[in-house]
Amino acid sequence: MSVVANPAAGVPYQFPMKDVRENFPAPLLYIGWEDHLMFCSPVCVPLPPEMPFGALVSQVLPGIYAEHPDFERIDWNTVQWFKSGKPWTPDPAASLAANGLGHKDVIRFRTPGLSGINGSCS
Amino acid sequence: MDTRVAKKKLGLKERYAAMTRGLGWETTYQPMDKVFPYDTYEGIKIHDWDKWQDPFRLTMDAYWKYQGEKEKKLYAVIEAFAQNNGQLGVSDARYINALKLFLQGVTPLEYCAHRGFAHVGRQFTGEGARVAAQMQSIDELRHYQTETHAISHYNKYFNGLHRSHHWFDRVWYLSVPKSFFEDACTAGPFEFLTAVSFSFEYVLTNLLFVPFMSGAAHNGDMSTVTFGFSAQSDESRHMTLGIECIKFMLEQDPGNVPIVQRWIDKWFWRGYRLLTIVAMMQDYMLPKRVMSWKEAWEMYAEGSGGALFKDLARYGIREPRGWKDACEGKDHISHQAWATFYNYGAAAPFHTWIPQDGEMQWLSQKYPESFDKLYRPRFEYWRERADEGRRFYNKTLPMLCTTCQVPMFFTEPGDATKICYRETSYFGNKYHFCSDHCQHIFEDEPEKYVQSWLPVHQIYQGHCFPEGTDPTAEGFDPLTAVLQYYEMNIGRDNFDFEGSEDQKNFAAWTGEKA
Repeated sequence: MSVVANPAAGVPYQFPMKDVRENFPAPLLYIGWEDHLMFCSPVCVPLPPEMPFGALVSQVLPGIYAEHPDFERIDWNTVQWFKSGKPWTPDPAASLAANGLGHKDVIRFRTPGLSGINGSCS
Repeated sequence: MDTRVAKKKLGLKERYAAMTRGLGWETTYQPMDKVFPYDTYEGIKIHDWDKWQDPFRLTMDAYWKYQGEKEKKLYAVIEAFAQNNGQLGVSDARYINALKLFLQGVTPLEYCAHRGFAHVGRQFTGEGARVAAQMQSIDELRHYQTETHAISHYNKYFNGLHRSHHWFDRVWYLSVPKSFFEDACTAGPFEFLTAVSFSFEYVLTNLLFVPFMSGAAHNGDMSTVTFGFSAQSDESRHMTLGIECIKFMLEQDPGNVPIVQRWIDKWFWRGYRLLTIVAMMQDYMLPKRVMSWKEAWEMYAEGSGGALFKDLARYGIREPRGWKDACEGKDHISHQAWATFYNYGAAAPFHTWIPQDGEMQWLSQKYPESFDKLYRPRFEYWRERADEGRRFYNKTLPMLCTTCQVPMFFTEPGDATKICYRETSYFGNKYHFCSDHCQHIFEDEPEKYVQSWLPVHQIYQGHCFPEGTDPTAEGFDPLTAVLQYYEMNIGRDNFDFEGSEDQKNFAAWTGEKA
């Protein structure tokens, strides 16, 4: 029996969720670059919902990933996007919110032909 | 004046019974259930507490005597180590970082365990279990103190050892061990024993203790080794409590089996995730290596653990759900964890470095399936950059697993080139996990884990800056503000070992070139 949800305990167990949207100045977005594990894990960034998706690519991603030698070789026209692991086509002119990105969504991008340091997915 | 009555001296067995079981009583002013509310509410049914076996037959007076003797020996060695400047005899100043990891991430757990066992020692109705838990509570407090004392000598000479208790409640990576124990301490008493006594002490403790203590021996740290010896007899008592508790629950009522199985699944996985830092320490932080994480895993987990779960099969218990994934992880997690601390080496109060050539060779030999293919290229590229004066630091905060709170660096079972992403939704909120098993743990008790204090999210909520900080001020530097909140000495406790004060000092003291 789960301690916190045990009706036999006879005590309501209700506490606020710590990471709801209202607790942050801006919604969080998680971003991962497939096959480039020199960046050890996906990252977490707060981004204004009105930011155009194109600005995420041109303004935000370089600050995160430009140190990787593959980054400047990316052909953004061929990049494949995933939202919650499923293929997804964002509209660069539309805002993050209009693209359906909400608080704590996770997106990933794959850069075909680029597979990290010496092809090691690093 | 009282009349003296000649009393018959108690026999050994009677004396033992009087000094343990004889200390309990049935309450009369209040019903037992009100005095001991916690030992039934998890759903575990106990029909006969007298069936509880006390494997060590230790009474409190004997306990004090043994521990006092061990203590005398330990402090004599610690004192001699200090008098003889033992810190100069360690293999290499990099070794001290293993001690920092221990003092920051493990020693505070002893204190948590002390509190946890004190709590359950109060809550059981069975005296045998209460006495065992109370003794372990004192052991854990003693370990917390003796570890602190054994390592405190190094604090006079090296950075990163001055603020470990403060860090434990704040620094991002320490939320992993902290949340592990807080999860256990906020569970009921039977779950606590399954978590700490069984999954951690019985199944996994050899993987924690042996690497640190034999690592200390190999690297010339007699102070820490002696602590290890003084704790060893306690550890075997703790392990025995773990197995006794599991068998007792399973034998008392068949209805207990599925509850215990769920706890074993949960706590094996939580313990395994916590041991990731030990894996990393073993493969990367000991200048003189003892055995690889993979070898240790095969010996202590696959060997002994495998036999244990075969033995428990007669009660209807199967191996923990995450067992196979944990076994597969042996080729990867140490490398992935070290790479992560290398990424975030600005934000942790110990040093990181690129393994030397001979060390990389050792890693290739020990990890023929994974090191050269996946991890060596990463380290060699970072070394090239560092040689050009561009040491790589990841400047963006990582995404964390909601359950284990480890950055999401673990890879998919079967494909170590892909990060493992799992997610679920709870009342319209998304929650993310590093593995199926962390997701299951969350889904079993979402009410609990939605309260998690995730360091990255707390930083973004503005809770991890020194008081009075204005994050909207011009030129505000969040990383510096967070490190100030941690009370780290920036530039001394953190960054690469190469060029550190520790490195320079140790070279000067021992007459070597830095």
